[in-house]
Amino acid sequence: MADKRMSEDDVVARLRSGMTVGIGGWGSRRKPMSLVRAIVRSDLRDLTVVSYGGPDVGLLCASGKVRKLVFAFVSLDSIPLEPHFRKARQSGQVTTEEYDEGQFLLGLQAAAWRVPFLPTRVGLGSDVFRLDPSLRTVTSPYPGPDGGPGEELVAMPALELDAALVHYNRADERGNAAYLGPDPYFDDLMLEAAATGGRFLSAERIVPTAELAADGCRHSLKVSRLMVDGVVEAPNGAHPTSCVPDYERDEAFQKEYAGSAKSDEAWAEFSAAWLELPDEATYQQKVAAR
Amino acid sequence: MSVESFARADICAVAIAETFRGDGEILANPIGTIPMVGGRLARATFEPDLMMTDGEAALIANDEAFEWPDGKVLETWNPYRRMFDIVWSGRRHVIMSPTQIDRYGNMNFAAIGGDLAQPKVQLLGLRGAPGNTICHPTSYWVGNHNAKTFVDQVDVVCGIGYDRAAALGPVASRFHEIRRVVTNLCVIDFDTPDHRMRLRSVHPGVAVGEVVEATGFELVVPDEVPVSRLPTDEELRLLYEVIDPTNLRGKEVPD
Repeated sequence: MADKRMSEDDVVARLRSGMTVGIGGWGSRRKPMSLVRAIVRSDLRDLTVVSYGGPDVGLLCASGKVRKLVFAFVSLDSIPLEPHFRKARQSGQVTTEEYDEGQFLLGLQAAAWRVPFLPTRVGLGSDVFRLDPSLRTVTSPYPGPDGGPGEELVAMPALELDAALVHYNRADERGNAAYLGPDPYFDDLMLEAAATGGRFLSAERIVPTAELAADGCRHSLKVSRLMVDGVVEAPNGAHPTSCVPDYERDEAFQKEYAGSAKSDEAWAEFSAAWLELPDEATYQQKVAAR
Repeated sequence: MSVESFARADICAVAIAETFRGDGEILANPIGTIPMVGGRLARATFEPDLMMTDGEAALIANDEAFEWPDGKVLETWNPYRRMFDIVWSGRRHVIMSPTQIDRYGNMNFAAIGGDLAQPKVQLLGLRGAPGNTICHPTSYWVGNHNAKTFVDQVDVVCGIGYDRAAALGPVASRFHEIRRVVTNLCVIDFDTPDHRMRLRSVHPGVAVGEVVEATGFELVVPDEVPVSRLPTDEELRLLYEVIDPTNLRGKEVPD
């Protein structure tokens, strides 16, 4: 029976520079931040990051890990605009592929279902086509609503991932996992869109399988071990993002993080205090001592 | 409470509520402070079948717009995944806030200036605007009506306007509707032959010239411009006692 437990650094050791990495969560909610911090500590670079973005995107951009960003928005929720992301965009530091939030979902779904694209009306007429000149349309082979020619729709390409990183409330050592908050976001799709061998899940607590549904109900069991290659126990691992009901967002910390975009000195200071640490355990001790 | 005591923010909330008139049983999804107040007001009065969000993953029955001290009354679970099902089904009317909007209702809140690879000012990103505008009715809220927002041409088309929908034909226009733009000064619609913006009403105390001055393109102005509808006594009671008792709306649009 596979025990898939590993550390954050074990996960990073399985990633390679230049990979396309999907990151779960939404804005500043239930982000796999302990895994993101491990990437920041590593030698990885030139990543393509695919994310409903929050501080994961900002941290990786500010740390020089990102070559390309695939996104629909990047926000800290209580701070609507992510300052490190803005800085990366406004300096031209990262290239981008920008989509509508729903198109993004269809791209992940297409990858998960192993089809090259999914058709949608979403994006027609907008600057999505200017933002991504490789985006194509497809003509429906079926008659249009008036019996005439088939409709020309957007062919949203599959967003295939080399790796996916997500954070859940509970997991067992084999990779089954439960979310206990209000929204599953698109984490399960991220895992399904990623290549076998690159699907990593961190969790607040690893529990015996029999206890997985204890805090919620069967509907909270959103991820099965079929879709997971590695499990990391990461208490407070989503910090500073929210991971309800285990904890809310650390607004004070997030404010400090956002403030560190003000100048190179402010960033160096933040980085020295919170990122240039030997491991996640040290980070968590420092957070606890705040 | 008498109608003499209404504030500009109350007028705006009523104008927002009016955008939902006739919508029936759909998801009313106004985003932002005054939009959320106005949506709640519509449901509490003339559109009782609307559904509304708690701002997170539930649709709730409560009349209060921002805080629910006695708990939320959940009608259904509505995580983002199901939100897209509603968007694409068309059973939704959203209100978003543009950073830029042009005469046909093309809208931008993604980025300003520079070029696409390196904008001068990076804002939110496309968010759900392309899908919203092509799938179901959309209205807009502008809390500070000025010529930097109402522009001749937007830098990035996030939400599509009438000219672009028409150019694409039925595939785009069959579900496309930009209904209103409500601002701190006036209400605008697109009831013109080619769907250019038309001044529908001005709020009490606002001169037509003031609106024209604050708009960066030529607005269609009818010979007679009515004054925006005033709140009823019952609407004022709901606004001040139930929906927004701490008057967050007044902070967004002061008198």
